[in-house]
Amino acid sequence: MTHRHAFRTTFARFRLLVWLAVFLVSAGSARAELLIRITEGADSAVPIAVVPFAESGNMPAGDSVSSIVQSDLAMSGEFRPLQPSKMLSLPSKRSEVYFRDWRMLGQRYLLVGSLNRSGDQIEARFELFDVNREERILGETASAPASNVRSLGHHISDRVYEAITGNAGVFSTKLAYVTVTGAGDNIRYHLQVSDVDGKRTRVRLESDEPILSPAWSPDGKRLAYVSFETGKPVVFVHELTTGQRRKVADFPGLNSAPAWSPDGKSLLMTLSRDGNAEVYEMDMASDQITRLTDHWAIDTEGAWDHTGRGIFFTSDRSGGPQIYHMDRPGAEPRRITFGSRYNARARPGPEGDYVYYVHQRDSSFHIARTNLSNGQESVITRTESDDSPSLSPNGRLLIYATREGGNSVLTVVSADGGAAYSLPAAEGEVRDPAWGPITR
Amino acid sequence: MKLSLSSKVFAMLLSAGLVAGCSSTGEPMEEGQAAGSDVEAINQEGGATVYDGADGDGGVSSTAMTDEERQAAQEEAEQSRQAALRDVTTFYFDFDTSEIKPEARDVLIAHARYLADNPREDVRLEGHADERGTKEYNLALGERRAKAVQRFLIVNGASRGQIETVSYGEEKPAVRGSSESAWAQNRRVELVFE
Repeated sequence: MTHRHAFRTTFARFRLLVWLAVFLVSAGSARAELLIRITEGADSAVPIAVVPFAESGNMPAGDSVSSIVQSDLAMSGEFRPLQPSKMLSLPSKRSEVYFRDWRMLGQRYLLVGSLNRSGDQIEARFELFDVNREERILGETASAPASNVRSLGHHISDRVYEAITGNAGVFSTKLAYVTVTGAGDNIRYHLQVSDVDGKRTRVRLESDEPILSPAWSPDGKRLAYVSFETGKPVVFVHELTTGQRRKVADFPGLNSAPAWSPDGKSLLMTLSRDGNAEVYEMDMASDQITRLTDHWAIDTEGAWDHTGRGIFFTSDRSGGPQIYHMDRPGAEPRRITFGSRYNARARPGPEGDYVYYVHQRDSSFHIARTNLSNGQESVITRTESDDSPSLSPNGRLLIYATREGGNSVLTVVSADGGAAYSLPAAEGEVRDPAWGPITR
Repeated sequence: MKLSLSSKVFAMLLSAGLVAGCSSTGEPMEEGQAAGSDVEAINQEGGATVYDGADGDGGVSSTAMTDEERQAAQEEAEQSRQAALRDVTTFYFDFDTSEIKPEARDVLIAHARYLADNPREDVRLEGHADERGTKEYNLALGERRAKAVQRFLIVNGASRGQIETVSYGEEKPAVRGSSESAWAQNRRVELVFE
C-alpha cells in the first residue's frame, strides 16, 4: 500500500521524455514485425532493474523472457529499466540479492527470476523487491509452451506493473490496425492483429477495397469492422479463432462505425437506411436494430460510456461536428465539446472521468480530452494530423494514427499526454488502431 | 497533374457554358456581334473544340436559313453544348460542406436532362472527403455530398431509380498528399455512368 502511494507521487512529476521508436521490419510479404529501439530515456520514470533470468535447459532462440519484460516496462513510459551491463551482480533469487548494490545504482525496484525447461514447457519463477524497504512485493511462478515465451514475458510484465502501480497491466493485450500498401490497381488493405509491442503480427483479412474501424469485442474473441469488399461499406463480425465472418449490417447506404456494448451483446453502428446517418444499436443474438438518434444532421461514431447505459456520439447538428452524450438511448443529447469547430469520434476513459476525441485547433487535428466533471478540455498530442484514438483497457495509454515527417505511424502516448512511442509503417500506411481488451 | 488538367477543363467548360447560355436566349447574330468580348473569350479559351458545329452554323448564313433549319441548327448546337457539359463528371466541395457550388449547376442540369431523356441509363454517385478529420465522420460527409447531388439531379428531371449513391469517405483520394490543393481535389462527388 505504502509503496503504491509513493509511486503515484513520483508519477505525478512524470514528464514527457520517453521516446521509443519502433520500426516495422518486413519479414516476408504477409508478415511484418515491429522492432523497438529506445532513442531517449525517461527523466523521472521509475528506475527498475530486471536482472537476466537464470536458465536451465534449452531455451528457444530469440528474445529472452527478461528482455521482453524490460522492453515492456520501458514502453509503458512509467519505468526506466537498468541496462544489464551496468549491473554489479546477476542474482536469480532472494538469497543472492545485496540490496545495497541496487540502492547504489539508484534502483527503486528489482526483478529477479529463473527459467526451467521441462519437456515442451518453460516455467518461470520470479520475485519483485522494493529496494529501499528490502521487501519482497511479489513471488510467483508461471509457465508457457517454449514456442510462446513472448506471452510468458508479457504476463510477468503485467504482474510487475500491477504490483507496483495498482493498475492492471496491458502488456498481454493485442492491437488491431489496418495497413495499406501499393497504389491504383495494386492497392492492398490488410487487417492485422499484433502484440502491443508490435510483435507477432498476423494478417486477418486482405482486400483490394478499404477496411476500416476495427472494434474489439469485450472478450477479445471477435473483431467488428467496416469492409468495402462488396463495393460499399458493410459491417462484418469476424471470429478470430475460426476466421469465420458474418455480415451483420448490409443495409442500403452507410453501414459503419461499429462499437461493442460492454457486455458484448450488442453493437452500436451508424446506418443511413432511414435517410441520413444515425446511430443504431443491433442486438447480436436477434439482429434486431433500434434507432438511438434522430436528427437531420449527421449522427455517427457512437460509443458506450463507462456505465454501459449512455452513449457518446458525433453530430454536426450545431453546424460542425461536436461530441454529444445521451444518459440513455432516447434521452435529450447534451453537447460536451465547445472548444473548437471540429470535435469528433469520442472514446470514453474506463473510469468515466474523461472522454477523448479528435480535435481541430487552427488548421491541425490533435487528440484532446475533456474532464467530464468540470468540462475542462486539454490537447494531449503534439502531432498535427491525428485520427482514430483508442484507449488501452486500463486507461493509462492511448494509441492513435498520425504522420511524422510525412510517414504514416501509430503513436502511443500516456493518456495525460506524457511518454510516447511510435509504430511506423514499413511502406504505405498504417491506420485505424484499436486497442484490445484484457482477456485474462 | 491529371486532376489539375481536368479542373481546368471544368472551369473552361463552365465559362463557355455560361456565355453560350446568354447568347442562346437573345438574338443570335446581333447579340454575338455586340457582345464581342464574350465571343472572343470563347475563341481564346479554345471554345472551338466545344463549339465546332455551333460557331460554323452561326457564322455562315443565318439569314438564308429557314425557321426549321434554324431550329434544327439550334437543337444541334444545344445538344453538342449539353454533351460537352456532360464531359464534366466530378464536382467539388468546400471543407465540411455538402453544398453544390453555383458553377456546378449547369453541368448537373445537363446530366439530369440526359438521365430524364434516357430513362434506361443509370448513374452511381460516389461521395468523397479529404483526409482531414475522422474517417467515420468523413464517410457520412461523403454520403451527404452524394445525396446532395442526387437531390439536385432528381429536382432537375432524373428519376430516383436511376441513381445509386455510395460514400468512400476519405478512403479513395483522387490525389495523394496533404496540401490544400490535394484536399480541394479530394472533396468531391464523381458521377459514374455504368
